[in-house]
Amino acid sequence: MPSVRRTNKKAKRNNALWVAEQLGIKLHIIEVIEEYKDVVINPKHGYGQNLNPCLDCKIFMVNKAQAWAWMEENQFDFIITGEVIGQRPKSQRRETMPVIARESGAEDRLLRPLCAKHLPMTLPEREGWVDREAMLDFHGRNRKPQIALAHKLGFTDFAQPAGGCCFLTDQSYSSKLQDLWTTGGKREYEIDDIMLLKVERHIRPKPNFKLIVGREEGENNYLSGYRRDFTSISTVSHKGPLVLVDGSPSEDDLKLAAEITARFSQGRDASDVDVEITTKDGQCQRLTVQPMATTAIEQSWYV
Amino acid sequence: MSSFDLDVRRLLCPMPVIKTQDRIKELEPGDQLAVYCTDPGVLEDIPTWCRINGHTVLTSESNDQEICITIEVEAPQ
Repeated sequence: MPSVRRTNKKAKRNNALWVAEQLGIKLHIIEVIEEYKDVVINPKHGYGQNLNPCLDCKIFMVNKAQAWAWMEENQFDFIITGEVIGQRPKSQRRETMPVIARESGAEDRLLRPLCAKHLPMTLPEREGWVDREAMLDFHGRNRKPQIALAHKLGFTDFAQPAGGCCFLTDQSYSSKLQDLWTTGGKREYEIDDIMLLKVERHIRPKPNFKLIVGREEGENNYLSGYRRDFTSISTVSHKGPLVLVDGSPSEDDLKLAAEITARFSQGRDASDVDVEITTKDGQCQRLTVQPMATTAIEQSWYV
Repeated sequence: MSSFDLDVRRLLCPMPVIKTQDRIKELEPGDQLAVYCTDPGVLEDIPTWCRINGHTVLTSESNDQEICITIEVEAPQ
């Protein structure tokens, strides 16, 4: 799962960009944040194991390609996906393949070359734009055939299968998104919400506030960009995380948040840790707190 | 030639690339775009996007807090 990418470590690559460069093809990425909300919030075909609306997502993505005026303007005739029958339990089943083609509006302009021989003829096959005999008959969860094909085509490095880069398939991310909806009282989100959910450590000691705790330099730097939007806490006497406080904490809650912050600092075993609490309008106060004992942080607080 | 700035601080992959792509579409060949980011992933992603699309990365500077990548817009290929 992609996260806030860490500094001082080899950065994860964006696989779509990387593959496009390897293949020497243009990649055009389109922003679908607002439109995509309805897919995440109200998936017609339901969720997978977590909050992953895989089938609705595929329908949406193929529809974007099919309905996108750019496709027609640039004279593209059909759409290719790398789907394989039986590869995924939710979205890549024999029964769902026609659902995606139909509900996306792509119909027989949707070609799945990896498993086309198991599927009815599509427009590009009928018209002879592609040779059906050259299509493949992969099926099932085993990815060895795809990997063998990649090797046969001369690729020694390729994106790892399984999981992909969808964070909605991640249990931890889904749990944080569900918490956002539950505590916010509505199934809605803004772009900053979904960005901040990518920070791994969220702790909710009480319903009225949660802490977003940076785990290393990269996350701390990233969170510092939100200091004008949240009350933030940092340790002064010891090296430690930057923590954003999301919600409506009372004075006592902020003291509790400071104790938790101290727990995640290098002063975790010290008797006292100095912390600085800064409101979003820049007002600072310093507190000296005793770091909360590890055992005092309830497991249920971790979102 | 004109110079422009793009602020994509706080945005994470792939948003900085998308915002860069969409802004460059509005510029003329020879224009320069300075993209200000906080996601360290852009150090890899924006140059890759530029190579794919034929634009030139002129400078890439970073400190603890942020990254600035300056791109020269090339004519469409």
